[in-house]
Amino acid sequence: MGNLIGQSVKRVEDQRFITGKGNYTDDIVLPRMTYGYILRGNMAHAKINDIDVSAAKAHPGVVAVFTGKDIADSGVNGIPCGWQVDFKNGDTMKEPAHPMLVADKVRYMGDGVAIVIAESKEIAKDAAELIVVDYEELDAVVNAKEATQEGAPLVHDEAPLNKSFDWGLGDAEATAEALANAHHVTTLEFTNQRLIPNAIEPRSAIGHYEVQNDRYTLYTTSQNPHLTRLLMSAFVLGIPEHKVRVVSPDVGGGFGSKIFHYAEEALVTWCSKQLERPVKWTAERSESFMTDAHGRDHVTKAEMGFDADGKIVGLRAITYANLGAYLSTFAPAVPTYLHGTLLQGLYTTPAIYVDVTGVFTHTTPVDAYRGAGRPEATYLLERLLDLAALEMKVDPAELRLKNFIPPFDGVDEPGYQTQVALQYDSGNYEPVLKRAMEMVGYEAFREEQAKAREEGRLLGIGFSTYIEACGIAPSAVVGALGARAGLFESAQVRVQPTGKVSVYSGSHSHGQGHETTFAQVVADKFGIPLEDVEIVHGDSEAVAFGMGTYGSRSLAVGGSAIVKSIDKVIEKGAKIAAHKLEAAIEDIEFAEGKWTVKGTDKSIAFGDVALTAYVPHDYPEGVEPGLDFSSFYDPTNFTYPFGAHIAVVEVDRDTGKVELKRFVACDDVGNVINPMIVDGQIHGGIAQGVGQALFEGAIYDESGQLLSGSYMDYTMPRADDLPDFEVDRKVTPCPHNPLGVKGAGEAGTIGSTPAVVNAVIDALAPFHVKDIDMPLTPERVWRAMQPKTNGREVHS
Amino acid sequence: MSVPIKVKVNGKEYSHSVEGRTLLVHYLRDELRLTGTHVGCDTTSCGACTVIVDGKAVKSCNVLAVQCDDAEVTTVEGLSEAGNLHPLQEGFKEEHGLQCGFCTPGMIMTAVELLERNPNPTDKEIREGLEGNYCRCTGYHNIVKAIQFAAAKMRGQEQPLEKEVAHG
Amino acid sequence: MIPNAFEYQRASSVEDALNLLHENGDEAKLLAGGHSLLPAMRLRLNEPEKLIDISRIPELRYIEERDGFITIGAATTHDDIEHSDLIKSHLPMMTEAAGLIGDQQVRNKGTIGGSIAHADPAADWPASLLAAEAEITVKSVNGSRTISAANFFHGLYMTDLAENELITEIRLPIPAAGTRSTYVKFMQPASRFAIVGCAAIVSGNGTADKVRVAFTGVSAKPYRATGIENALQGNAVNADSIASAVTSATDGIDPLSDHFASEDYRRHLAKVFAGRALNAIA
Repeated sequence: MGNLIGQSVKRVEDQRFITGKGNYTDDIVLPRMTYGYILRGNMAHAKINDIDVSAAKAHPGVVAVFTGKDIADSGVNGIPCGWQVDFKNGDTMKEPAHPMLVADKVRYMGDGVAIVIAESKEIAKDAAELIVVDYEELDAVVNAKEATQEGAPLVHDEAPLNKSFDWGLGDAEATAEALANAHHVTTLEFTNQRLIPNAIEPRSAIGHYEVQNDRYTLYTTSQNPHLTRLLMSAFVLGIPEHKVRVVSPDVGGGFGSKIFHYAEEALVTWCSKQLERPVKWTAERSESFMTDAHGRDHVTKAEMGFDADGKIVGLRAITYANLGAYLSTFAPAVPTYLHGTLLQGLYTTPAIYVDVTGVFTHTTPVDAYRGAGRPEATYLLERLLDLAALEMKVDPAELRLKNFIPPFDGVDEPGYQTQVALQYDSGNYEPVLKRAMEMVGYEAFREEQAKAREEGRLLGIGFSTYIEACGIAPSAVVGALGARAGLFESAQVRVQPTGKVSVYSGSHSHGQGHETTFAQVVADKFGIPLEDVEIVHGDSEAVAFGMGTYGSRSLAVGGSAIVKSIDKVIEKGAKIAAHKLEAAIEDIEFAEGKWTVKGTDKSIAFGDVALTAYVPHDYPEGVEPGLDFSSFYDPTNFTYPFGAHIAVVEVDRDTGKVELKRFVACDDVGNVINPMIVDGQIHGGIAQGVGQALFEGAIYDESGQLLSGSYMDYTMPRADDLPDFEVDRKVTPCPHNPLGVKGAGEAGTIGSTPAVVNAVIDALAPFHVKDIDMPLTPERVWRAMQPKTNGREVHS
Repeated sequence: MSVPIKVKVNGKEYSHSVEGRTLLVHYLRDELRLTGTHVGCDTTSCGACTVIVDGKAVKSCNVLAVQCDDAEVTTVEGLSEAGNLHPLQEGFKEEHGLQCGFCTPGMIMTAVELLERNPNPTDKEIREGLEGNYCRCTGYHNIVKAIQFAAAKMRGQEQPLEKEVAHG
Repeated sequence: MIPNAFEYQRASSVEDALNLLHENGDEAKLLAGGHSLLPAMRLRLNEPEKLIDISRIPELRYIEERDGFITIGAATTHDDIEHSDLIKSHLPMMTEAAGLIGDQQVRNKGTIGGSIAHADPAADWPASLLAAEAEITVKSVNGSRTISAANFFHGLYMTDLAENELITEIRLPIPAAGTRSTYVKFMQPASRFAIVGCAAIVSGNGTADKVRVAFTGVSAKPYRATGIENALQGNAVNADSIASAVTSATDGIDPLSDHFASEDYRRHLAKVFAGRALNAIA
């Protein structure tokens, strides 16, 4: 009690997970439950001429079969998008319908054409094999830039050239002028490849309609159950929101992919109403590969101009962002407001312009995946900087130090106004880079590298200094930018009569450890034992409202809402204490779990005040009984964590295989409640960022078939692919939220990817290699080392 | 077509009739309601379903229940004795070796066999021993530490041995 | 994830298995460790009507020395092979190959007979069996026959096995004293199957009495690189001679190509890994 903030408290949620007592959606069994299996198109683009479900319906044990036509006939709507980004010329964003099951056409492999509901999952799957669909296969397009060319196959007839929107930010003219007058311009054209999130728990949903009270319950693997409730009830199914309960129990990782409202959630709920029985659907992994929203997938050309001293004078980026076949919940925001607005980076660049076209293709919808836009922005900046350093023959660390924004704490001054709309809250960038360089032993490494090169060994070091915008977000600001929701958070702090505390948070925990960190905050502030605090989350029936967990926002926004309620409890407690202690309210102070009359030893303990509040026999006049407060916290700004990552690699000259030998990170995520958990978040983030750099990437063939559709074809980082991570921290508190915290969930992923790629390019310096597309597979690296004639690769 | 089986799970004897195609993981989860064993993939890759069958770690998604007739199975639910956590369970908690918890039972069960075979592993040996298990949350860093914690404890040492620092 | 429904039959002996196989013909598949068949069945790429479980037949699980051979029962697991002292003392490449298959859980269940019957072009065993000049004993109700490893593998998932035949034993000639062997592998990073697996055996000091080099993963069919063998056999085996010999690693071979390794790259890797294997035991 007390002093819990800042301690590496062991996680309270671990007990159930390590004993196999976690309660994930697929673990739930309800009476009379049925099982759904969704038959998917498995073609990227095809017209459905006919569908015959008679044999499936007749299969013993089948309860029902519904097709896209049944859904359309029922009058329900499609899956909505939560963010609107219009065209530069003012035209409205193209937002084609996204039905739960398709009736006319499949537009990517994962489109569902029918659902079979049966007494067991085995029967459902067997019966689905009996459905006969007559398809007419059509040409497909999978690459965002190619999709915008005249004559490319159209995903939706209402979106010419497959464009959903185009968008620009910054000063195009000033940037053009700066680049034209620059001493040196570095240009890079690259693909930030498509990733598949791969939370280890596949998505699952159970719809449960109870006819006796006309109520719906949806159990789902969601990062934000309240948002799912709102979208599904109001926009898709048209059922009253107060008749819908959404429960998101233990969730086995999300990384963004479980933010969105998915067709299957609405589908099982709708089916349950038709059948008056619970309907469960759980994705097989191959379905997850096809239908979980993917991440990244940008095709970009970027130019960065420098003056003769190496100061950045301008930056221009033109990006085609692949949105997939339909607009997922936050899809339009990711390549625009979460990407374009981050192109200031940590640097004083005076002129920036970014142009983004959002494009439909015959692929899985793309949305936020850990970092969401910010990894793409960081990759763009950090690759350009390292390439510029190489071209200008300057040290990449020096080049960064030269261009850093000077320190600002955001307390006495307003923060740093960027060229791309955002105002950074607080920052001090040099110390994180200097510390990371010290940790890696930069000078000694360069000596080791030179010696290794003499022996023919290829060692490399790569830097990445990043900033991210977290704690999303001030509702009015995002509303002005097209968000169709507010991005506040709610929290209720209920002090029970015995002084035990229940906290109801709208932030969902699926690995982040809220049940521990939030309890630390509450126990610390109240001066009570950690065990006396329980964090409740993930149930719309228990928690008043919530905007969920993503964008590293839980502590900065959700935690701040909790603090607001804590303050209200302490304030009301003071009134009760003043009455009991016969003192003036002004003379009461709260510390170490008790209210005390200042300057005396007269005090009343937390538990006694709690009991008094619920047994108000001797009670102040005009004060309501009870000690229970709800708060909504809407942040005044984003938070801006930052850091420096350094990778050390060795490349096998014969095979091109990259060994990540060391990974050093010094991050500044503001104040830290639980260092152990923050380190864990950084570790996991780094692994995913390294995954993008070296291993992962979705691959479609020309017909739109996902070739990397299983763990046999999509490389996940394993334990023996990674080193121990060396992490350290600096602390620059956030000036605008009560805990001074910024967010740590995505930092590792955002920072690490370019560091690894830069290290490989550095290792390949003897071969004068400038760039290699991610993932840096052995073959790609090996090819980069082969001699070239007239730009053509020569095979051995 | 159902096949009768007798199987001992976590020390308890069960007799059931199962379909030939019923996978061990579905038998454990659906029939015995031991839901600590998870399904994370359909290609025998992720290791979330790892259990011990007759002393060896196996992926229960790729074993038929009928193949376990007369076998002895241990799942994560059967690890702690009389309410005392197994050193590996303790290690995962102490070293923050889990986040979302979904891969954890499989990681722990894999590590049970790993430490049986090699009570004093190096970090590298642990990493290699986990090649059949995916974790998307932790980056594996703390999982390695968790297993070292358990190894030390099982060897009768209080603390994990001071690990050699790879670089200065 | 859920296989099709099938009829399950458990064979109690080899004889029992052969009779069941005979009675059920092409409707039945044999199940040993299940690590080749069940994955295909779970994706419904393979939907047999009947499954004959041979994983409980003790007479199929052994590693013994007999008549100048190491004999391995077909239902012996990769893990058993990896930890056999007998095998390690004579043919360490088999030990190394076993340890590089899949992961520990897979090695605990998967069997050598099951693996070679499946004949995945990227599986590990074929290279070592070819290099060791192994013999494969198969039985049916009609009797038994022995197939050389060279004649056993026909191509992509194709072998010399008839529908009613069961592999019972893999026989490895015990090499002359002083023979060295090794297996090296460049892994497909997702599946950890072999993009290139190379097994090599060298006997004799200074001058090589015998050299055997075989590849898996490179092409649809595993093969012996006779060009390399001929270049080195009877000659000094050293870094220079190896470098020159391995240039023929893929002569006459039509390599596979996929998004992890193109044809060119596979050709290159075959040379690299033949070089690594041979240099390690030269």
